[in-house]
Amino acid sequence: MTLPVETEGLTKRYGALTAVDDLHLTVRAGEVYGFLGPNGAGKTTALRMLLGLVRPSAGTVRLFGRPPGANQLARVGALIEGPAFYPYLSGRENLRVLAHYARVGTDRVELVLDLVNLTDRADDRYAGYSLGMKQRLGVAAALLKDPRLLILDEPTNGLDPVGMADMRTLIRRLGAGGCTVLVSSHLLGEVEQVCDRVGVVSRGRLIAEGSVADLRGSPGLRVLADPLDEAAARVRALVGAERVRVVDGGLDVAVEPERAAWLNAELVGAGLAVRELRSGERDLEQVFFDLIEKGTTDVG
Amino acid sequence: MWASFRAELVKLTRRPAAWLLAVVTVVLAATFTYGFPYAGIAGGTDGPYSDRTLPMLLPDRLVGNSLSGLPVFFGALVLILGVLTAGGEYGWGTWKTVFTQGLSRREVYVGKLLALAVAVLAILLAVFASGAACSMLIALVETQPVRWPSVGDLAVGIAAGWLIATMWAMLGAVLAIALRAVALPVGLGLVWMLAVQNLLSGLVAPVLDWVATVQQGLPGPNAGSLVAALGAPTDVPGVAATVGGGQAAVVVAAYLVAFVLIGGALLTRRDVG
Repeated sequence: MTLPVETEGLTKRYGALTAVDDLHLTVRAGEVYGFLGPNGAGKTTALRMLLGLVRPSAGTVRLFGRPPGANQLARVGALIEGPAFYPYLSGRENLRVLAHYARVGTDRVELVLDLVNLTDRADDRYAGYSLGMKQRLGVAAALLKDPRLLILDEPTNGLDPVGMADMRTLIRRLGAGGCTVLVSSHLLGEVEQVCDRVGVVSRGRLIAEGSVADLRGSPGLRVLADPLDEAAARVRALVGAERVRVVDGGLDVAVEPERAAWLNAELVGAGLAVRELRSGERDLEQVFFDLIEKGTTDVG
Repeated sequence: MWASFRAELVKLTRRPAAWLLAVVTVVLAATFTYGFPYAGIAGGTDGPYSDRTLPMLLPDRLVGNSLSGLPVFFGALVLILGVLTAGGEYGWGTWKTVFTQGLSRREVYVGKLLALAVAVLAILLAVFASGAACSMLIALVETQPVRWPSVGDLAVGIAAGWLIATMWAMLGAVLAIALRAVALPVGLGLVWMLAVQNLLSGLVAPVLDWVATVQQGLPGPNAGSLVAALGAPTDVPGVAATVGGGQAAVVVAAYLVAFVLIGGALLTRRDVG
């Protein structure tokens, strides 16, 4: 089966600035893929290249095995860097105009308006929409073609908590229905709830890729013991120095949580006072920041 | 292409600014071509229109009168329409929305230009219609004979007017695409049409031979020559038989093709930010 999205060595340079650098991205059919990175990491530029809006400086893009020409976009829905519509038209008229461009029946317009809960306000002028309503209309436009591949760039921007939850539900429903979804975000917590796999991009480079569990890694152990320096030396001797980090007055030990009892016995046997010993589930945001920091260091 | 054409027609016909430009064009054409000259004649006062005579306002002069504004003010208004049609997509950031719907950029562009050309034709026909109404009214009031131009003259006049007006609209579109904006292309386009062209033809060309030669190849003087050849009064700004009507038609058509090709090349090759 051809891959919905496949890039090889995708690069975009603007003068001295490299916005996207040697990006190898693969999105498999039917999965919800999270494209994660801080603002300015190159996510939107990469997505624009996928859609043929921006010409790569180097590398290739393939959507369903072919370059992103007009025919390839016939079943690709996209919302890139915020919604953009004609302010003097209503939401419904905007979608009807796009239905002409997309050569789909106007019956799809009512369907997608209903999907994003915008039917009641569909006859209001777009210029009068709130940010959240504009965002929902953008998603409706992306769904107009009943896409096989949906590319959503920060789709929850401007949405209130209820709107964000609705958006996650919609993405999950689309994924379950067989639509491949590529969703970008700068919030790890947002994509982990809906994505099968996540790619993390920093300074234009893909620095990590895998399931959220993969990225989170082994939870390890968190140890608080006195005196700290003696405890650190003892644990390093037991499990290896590379597995021990002193963080915030305690030890992060990269070993399986099942070894907690053994480690406790060893420390107590060595005359150390163990105050706390627990599974050190890594905070997702910390994982994200660690990855970004590592990526930045590597790139630098 | 037709999908894009239909979409563009909806956008144009629903756009208040397009209607405003059309109404302004028709009102200005009727006012300056018939209203003020007739008021001058009826009042019997000396003034800028005192050399106009009543026969110039009658129905048989419909073609020339309707085309007389094209070299300058009618042209300027359709230039603005061209800028708005292409430049609005930059201002609203809607190119990215349109270009991801499954049509090629070329299809979108051609559809947009066709819709723009149809809109220009509609405005031109409205100017002809209002001119016909005004001239007939004057003839009836002044108890003059109502003689209309032949169908052939009317067809040639409309075709020539459409060519010129579309050329100006495409100049607006290509300026908007080149500068990826609305305000600056409108400003530059109007400065060219209302100031530079007139300065060149009125002040510089009479004293510098090479400027006089160069301006024979510029769009404004050729538009003015074409409408002059079709009977537009030469006391209207921009109307002057600088070159022959045939040459003028070829030059205007060449500019139209050049503007279309340049705009298309820029739009299809540049990144959409």
